[in-house]
Amino acid sequence: MVVSNTRFTAAELATQLKIGTVSAVEAVQCHLDRIDDVDGDLHAFLHVSAEEALATAREVDKDRAAGVDLPPLAGVPIAVKDLICTKGIPTTAASRILEGWIPPYDASIVRNIKAARMPILGKTNLDEFAMGSSTEHSAFGDTHNPWDLDRIPGGSGGGSAVAVASYEAPLAIGTDTGGSIRGPAAFTGTVGVKPTYGSVSRYGCIAMASSLDQAGPVARNVLDTALLHEVLAGYDPRDSTSINEPVPAYADAAVHGATQDLKGVKVGVVLEMVGNGFQPGVLARFYESLTKLQNMGAEVVNLSCPSFPFAFDAYYLIMPAEVSSNLARYDGMRYGLRVEPTDGRPVTAESVTMATRGQGFGEEVKRRIILGTYALSAGYYDAFYGSAQQVRTLIQRDFAAAFDQVDVLVSPTTPTTAFKLGEKLDDVLAMYLGDVATIPANLAGVPALSMPNGIDAGLPTGFQIIAPAKEDARLYRVGAALEAALEHQWGGPLLDQAPELTVAE
Amino acid sequence: METALVPYEDAVKRYDPVIGIEVHVELSTKSKMFCGAENTAGGEPNTHVTEVCLGLPGTLPVLNRTALEYAIRLGLALNCTIAPSCRFARKNYFYPDIPKNYQTSQSDEPIASDGYVDVILDDGETFRVPIERAHMEEDAGKNTHIGGDDGRIHGALYSLVDYNRAGVPLVEIVTRPIEGAGDRAPEVARKYVETLRDIARAIDVSEARMERGQVRADVNLSLRPTPESPLGTRTETKNVNSFRAIESAVRYEVSRHAAVLDSGQPVFQETRHFHEEDGSTSPGRAKSDADDYRYFPEPDLVPVAPDPAWVEEIRAGLPEMPAQRRARLHKAWGYTDAEMRDVVNAGALDLIDATTASGVTAAAARKWWMGELSRIAKQGDVALDQLNVTPQQIGELQGLIDAGTINDKIGRQVLDGVLAGEGDPVAVVDKRGLKVVSDDGALLEAVTAALAAEPDVVDKVKAGNMGPVGAIIGAVMKATKGQADAKRVRELILEQING
Repeated sequence: MVVSNTRFTAAELATQLKIGTVSAVEAVQCHLDRIDDVDGDLHAFLHVSAEEALATAREVDKDRAAGVDLPPLAGVPIAVKDLICTKGIPTTAASRILEGWIPPYDASIVRNIKAARMPILGKTNLDEFAMGSSTEHSAFGDTHNPWDLDRIPGGSGGGSAVAVASYEAPLAIGTDTGGSIRGPAAFTGTVGVKPTYGSVSRYGCIAMASSLDQAGPVARNVLDTALLHEVLAGYDPRDSTSINEPVPAYADAAVHGATQDLKGVKVGVVLEMVGNGFQPGVLARFYESLTKLQNMGAEVVNLSCPSFPFAFDAYYLIMPAEVSSNLARYDGMRYGLRVEPTDGRPVTAESVTMATRGQGFGEEVKRRIILGTYALSAGYYDAFYGSAQQVRTLIQRDFAAAFDQVDVLVSPTTPTTAFKLGEKLDDVLAMYLGDVATIPANLAGVPALSMPNGIDAGLPTGFQIIAPAKEDARLYRVGAALEAALEHQWGGPLLDQAPELTVAE
Repeated sequence: METALVPYEDAVKRYDPVIGIEVHVELSTKSKMFCGAENTAGGEPNTHVTEVCLGLPGTLPVLNRTALEYAIRLGLALNCTIAPSCRFARKNYFYPDIPKNYQTSQSDEPIASDGYVDVILDDGETFRVPIERAHMEEDAGKNTHIGGDDGRIHGALYSLVDYNRAGVPLVEIVTRPIEGAGDRAPEVARKYVETLRDIARAIDVSEARMERGQVRADVNLSLRPTPESPLGTRTETKNVNSFRAIESAVRYEVSRHAAVLDSGQPVFQETRHFHEEDGSTSPGRAKSDADDYRYFPEPDLVPVAPDPAWVEEIRAGLPEMPAQRRARLHKAWGYTDAEMRDVVNAGALDLIDATTASGVTAAAARKWWMGELSRIAKQGDVALDQLNVTPQQIGELQGLIDAGTINDKIGRQVLDGVLAGEGDPVAVVDKRGLKVVSDDGALLEAVTAALAAEPDVVDKVKAGNMGPVGAIIGAVMKATKGQADAKRVRELILEQING
């Protein structure tokens, strides 16, 4: 059997494209075929933009044949989370309220990937407006975990993680507000990075919680995430919170990390992030990984971040508060869904707004809008939003103090492996608590990576590395080193151990 | 049911009015506050828009640096302290004219605070209005209600929204309670807003045309029994959009509050609508402290921290403020208080200043602008500065008269020519052949002829009766079609008679 071109990593595929053994059209077509084959079961994609992707690929092939100097990932296809605006391609945020909306503009990161000449395969599924940890809150149906189709892929970016894990795309873009890149990475055996806040432009990424949202790369290995991060990152004058500094050499950091030891690197284990409620197998894999880091020369120290236990509470005040304001614009007046009242009330701006929002938003979105509206209300603001912001400051101080002592912090990405579809839908708090280890990085704006570090009862576990702000390169160095050691042990990528998916007739 | 009004003069005898004014000034930047859309009034609906000011999903604001500079300039002109660092906030409320259903504004961190404005009242007295704050915010779009009465929302079939104005930069200037105005509260209110307009124009941050909505005022009023009493309950009359209306609104609310208080009822805290037709107000929505805009710091914008050196640079670049300038010019021109007041009210201050700059005396400049030109402007129902004549042309015209090239009477004809677009005064004189005849030869001929026609005049004059000389001058002027130099004609007549 010929190994499909879909099995190449992005870096490998880029090389094949460069030397001409695979054309960009072939690279796109094999992924479109794969989507046709397996996405019926997985439902990673909400929209496949085959024509657009092939058109981009043809242009790349034409330019390559003409000897035009092309960017490193030219012709390497990519999947884009459906929270990110793509000009001329539907963008729904997995919400009924935006069903059928076609953005008249590209997100800045979409401009970046277009400038990098990367064909866009389509838009991936997510929890509605990125609110959720299982992709079960998509208005357009669940996404299934390729390791076990009865299980959730994590969320909100389940679609992007599954697309990559099941070889429907070598690369994908996710967004991470409280763990929406890292959680799905952990649950699907893929790598996902939440960059430093401001590293990647938010312009055109539909806002969930503005002070926490950050788009980032999703791939099957650390080097690929670094390569994609370099494409996505960079100053954007359209985003006031964008960092106006040159993009560091992330891919170099990954390459060096994979070939060098970790002597002199200090790794901190935050006691508050390996606590109660963690699945024993997840903890076991975590400590095995720590040993691997030590074996490569890293010094591992335990430390405490005393404010971290409050991060969860602060997050569930700040995030919904921003959500309640960011989602106010969906009122049926200008774009997307418009519902007129059917109960005999006159058609007024107010009644249309109410009917549209009532029908257009799902339960989880409504829950957070209500929570946030309450938290910002006069008389409650200081106690809720104000206190939460103070906690946020404390968490930032905890991180600062920790990074005075160590170079990176590590933890399990999620307390458990992927759970069953429907298992936590009725237990909101249990669902929310799945993000307990990923939330602190968002509150502090620091970068964090999740990578596969083993299997527990047939399901992948995730290992999280956190670095100080603007030191994303450390994630790639340490991550690539650990990945090399793990793959040496496994005899190849963890995803090789995933079950083969049934190919549709 | 509204209570009958108390006559204003009666009301202010028994109550002390306290006013508070919120003024929105539209900044005349090239682009909008948070995006590159053109900041231009009017235009086809929804053409001066980008995805940002339409509030499309995913869009983010970026602060227009010129808008910030203008806000700082305005803050400094209002004698405010400029915040070393301040943040924007989201004011959350649902209305179709704000595309995001929140307005990006400033809440407890205004860019400018604690200032004052000196207002010169009609009698020349100065009244100091304390400024609490001036903060930046974006304007909303415009709703048009179709099918109801007078474009009102009530009874309308549908509404149209134009977002051309959405995102236009505004500065909202909020006074502290203005106390001590007494029975002059309406005048203080009007003059305060006029002064803001003058300041905004002088520092070139806004065209500040009230009739175009570039200056919009909300007027708060409360009454109390004596200046020592605590503040009474206020009402806020919204969108009072002419200077006259501001004065009327305050007067009306004083009369209405007095009537309510006289009847022993409490004043109801509410917003009120002003009616231009009869100068009355009517209740709008109830306003209470329960209004909850759920303000929180705008996470999409970074704090604004203007470099102190930049602020000082802006301060150093501020022009003279209108009140100072008026005082300086008043003194320099030597006008009486009444003359100065008339000049200001006629909008002739800049015109006269520019005219004197071209070498004309202040008295002559005033004569032109407040006399002939005011008359013409009034006839044509246009503002003085809309006339088709520049201060430089008036200077040139007066120069021709002073040099004796033409006389006053011809001067008016020359002015007609200028207004008719025939060119500068010198060109009009040439084209129309209007030069004064001071050539003795030509004049002498006319004088001799005139004297010959009235032989008895010579005897009368020789006898010491100078009266008839005027008649001879008149005859000569007639013969020369008014172009004779009257002074020279008189000299020649006397020379002829007296030998």
